[in-house]
Amino acid sequence: MVGITSYGAYVPLYRLSREAIARGGRGEKAICNFDEDSITMAAAAAIDCLTGIDRQTVDGLYFATTTSPYKEKSGATIVAMAADLKQEALTADFAHSLRAGTSAFMSAIDAVKAGSAKKVLVTASDCRLGLPGTAYEQNFGDGAGALLIGDSNVIATIEASYSVYSEIMDVWRAEGDTFIRSWEDRFTTTHGYLAVVGEAVSGLLKKTGLKPGDFAKVVLYTPDARRSADLAKKLGFDVKTQLQDPFFNDIGSTGTALPLMLLAAALEEAKAGDRILMASYGNGSDAFVLQVTDQIKKIKARRGMKGHLASKKVIDDYKQYLIWRGILPIEPRKETAAFISAPALWRERDANLRFHGVKCQVCGTIQYPPQRVCTKCHAKDQFEPYRLADKKAKIFTFSMDYITYPVLERPVVNVTIDFEGGGRALLYLTDREADQVKCGLPVEMSFRKLFVKSGIHNYFWKAVPLRT
Amino acid sequence: MEGIKDKIAIVGMGCTQFGELWDKNHKDLVVDACYEAFEDAGIEPKDVQMAWYGSRETGFTGTQLASALKLEYIPISRVENFCAGGTDTFRNACYAVASGVCDIALAVGVEKCKDHYGGFCMDILDPFDRSMVEWELPPASQFALLATRYMHHYGWKYEDFKRILSMIDVKNHHNGTMSPKAQFHREITVEQAMNAPMISYPLGLFDACGVSDGSAAAIITTPEIAKKMRKDYILVRALALTNGAGQAIIQPEYNFISIPETVTAAEHAYKEAGITDPRREVDLAIVHDCFSITELMTMEDLQFSPRGKAPEDVEAGTFTLEGELPVNTDGGLKCFGHPLSASGLRMIYEVYKQMQGKAGERQLKKADVGLTHNVGGVCGFFNCTVALFGKP
Repeated sequence: MVGITSYGAYVPLYRLSREAIARGGRGEKAICNFDEDSITMAAAAAIDCLTGIDRQTVDGLYFATTTSPYKEKSGATIVAMAADLKQEALTADFAHSLRAGTSAFMSAIDAVKAGSAKKVLVTASDCRLGLPGTAYEQNFGDGAGALLIGDSNVIATIEASYSVYSEIMDVWRAEGDTFIRSWEDRFTTTHGYLAVVGEAVSGLLKKTGLKPGDFAKVVLYTPDARRSADLAKKLGFDVKTQLQDPFFNDIGSTGTALPLMLLAAALEEAKAGDRILMASYGNGSDAFVLQVTDQIKKIKARRGMKGHLASKKVIDDYKQYLIWRGILPIEPRKETAAFISAPALWRERDANLRFHGVKCQVCGTIQYPPQRVCTKCHAKDQFEPYRLADKKAKIFTFSMDYITYPVLERPVVNVTIDFEGGGRALLYLTDREADQVKCGLPVEMSFRKLFVKSGIHNYFWKAVPLRT
Repeated sequence: MEGIKDKIAIVGMGCTQFGELWDKNHKDLVVDACYEAFEDAGIEPKDVQMAWYGSRETGFTGTQLASALKLEYIPISRVENFCAGGTDTFRNACYAVASGVCDIALAVGVEKCKDHYGGFCMDILDPFDRSMVEWELPPASQFALLATRYMHHYGWKYEDFKRILSMIDVKNHHNGTMSPKAQFHREITVEQAMNAPMISYPLGLFDACGVSDGSAAAIITTPEIAKKMRKDYILVRALALTNGAGQAIIQPEYNFISIPETVTAAEHAYKEAGITDPRREVDLAIVHDCFSITELMTMEDLQFSPRGKAPEDVEAGTFTLEGELPVNTDGGLKCFGHPLSASGLRMIYEVYKQMQGKAGERQLKKADVGLTHNVGGVCGFFNCTVALFGKP
């Protein structure tokens, strides 16, 4: 029996009020902090999804996005490292279509069915840009979803699927484009979204012999505030009771990630026996029938959609958003001679990306970064790896720098933190308000991007105040 | 183990004007500092048998010194030990003379900080970690970590603690007005310091030292030779150097209310010099006040003040020119300026001049035992020197 064995989500802490973008805008959209991108969000969702799961048992990670920071270079491998998966895991990037999330989901199901993997972690993440002043800018939100596919302890089985493809220029982004291009709404809606998702859902119902009334929830991708409701109604679903809330006024349309995030939200509310229909969109549609099992009761508590939705900081500074996304230029860093070394990045990958410290096998002292000689007992080369990414910590001391880089984050908050269970690290504190920083503040770890230099996106871990 | 006590004499010193010396390069500065030292010692450049050249971001290798002074094929080592580089340059020269491999050695430190944008080369040419995930090393933030924890540990309110730090700034600015070669010559008030723009919380503009160009040099020899050169040479009583091993960032026991590198270097230096009551026995101390908090903590780490009590001594005026133990009589790094590898030698220059009674307006009545102290680097990786000097 193949199906979903765990779910996770990530919604950035920051929400931009749509009113701040343009007068009359409704609700908020989730926006990445300056140090987040599709990869960091996917990593966060993956880690959320791995709550209570033995990492060693995960033998694949798929990463779906239309906004990978790299054109040539895997993002999945970075997400797999941040999620601390074993080296022999399958990894693959799914890209170029908003349907990439369900393409990855489908491939994971097939891989597990075929026996080439026992557990595959599917992540989907997006951070799309609409041109300032357009409805896309208002509609798009940032976020990530994750689903673990396996064949034991399944919380929702995959009963059937149905796919169609559709060649249409409705929304696209070509080489060199920063912002989405599109044809006019009346055309794209009629012959794109409504027609194509409708076709996939109808096809699926016909194939399975199921009727709209047989479903507890219908999870639909939506490009804007009301399109999924229009579609659900047209297909014979009751919008109020059956349609999964797309959280449009909380997050916005998160592209590739949206179907997975909404499915995670549906699973949070689901009970054994519920049937769920999920359909994506993007040059076609993948539709699925899922059946919730009684394993759903055993799933361990996690932040998920609910937790992430509840934990937020609304900003009403549109300029801040434009700066964070690089749309509005700011004072660049002065000429520097510093360079980043690919051999060093490679050498330090376990320390930097997996956030592995070491534990001395002689005296038990936990140390970060990894050492050759123990700082306490001076034993040489007698260490075992020690994972710090999931440890909570407290600020021991800090400084707030008003003149250093990155300019975006001034004051730059540097913290010395002590981990629960031992170990200390000096990190940046992000997603914080300067006036909340104090000695003793509880923090957790978050995978972030430090900077981009020579086309290298340098990822590392930062501390964030514990999200509640 | 005999130690260095009384084996080395300083017979000549030079120090340039410190500041934003846009029209001089590092070789100009070296020439100015060294020729003052040669003249002071009454020797010619050709009398120098070995030399040590301290610089962090200003020129590579001993050839920079050789070509500036046209020293012909003598051995010159370049020394780099961050802000402790100047004193360490001097230390290496002393050990060479004490070993008997040469009679007259030159130690010179120089820095052209202001050729870098902003003055402090933020990109260390080789950071500790080439994958560049570590913090950058803005010094203010490093020392602010100490200030934050000190405040927290001893339960200080920000305003009250800031007032103490500001009193240190005011004292050093006052001393700087009497130091012609210093970068800044202007009195400030406690209110000015307290209300200055924040650099890195809790340290503001006046809590930070000047960033400068400059050079300082010393000619050293044995006491036997020194006696034939001049009467008022001064003797090295102790030289201590310690280096951190990353403890601050690895060990939760590292408390950020003290700099262990300083504590240990001071213990070694006092032992070598035979000093048992530093507060009574030391007449003046020129310490590394890169930030006001550094001077405050150093008062405790050098055993001048009991733990947690340095603020009381600051309030009591203990470390002013008229106080019980004058500290940073020449304005310190705060006002004299801080060309990294030159600073240690500038500190020795002040002790040397005070002991010879040539310190002008800021001359102390009693200057028989002098101490210099440098601490450079970042938390856990400090390089610290403590040196003691005395009269023959």
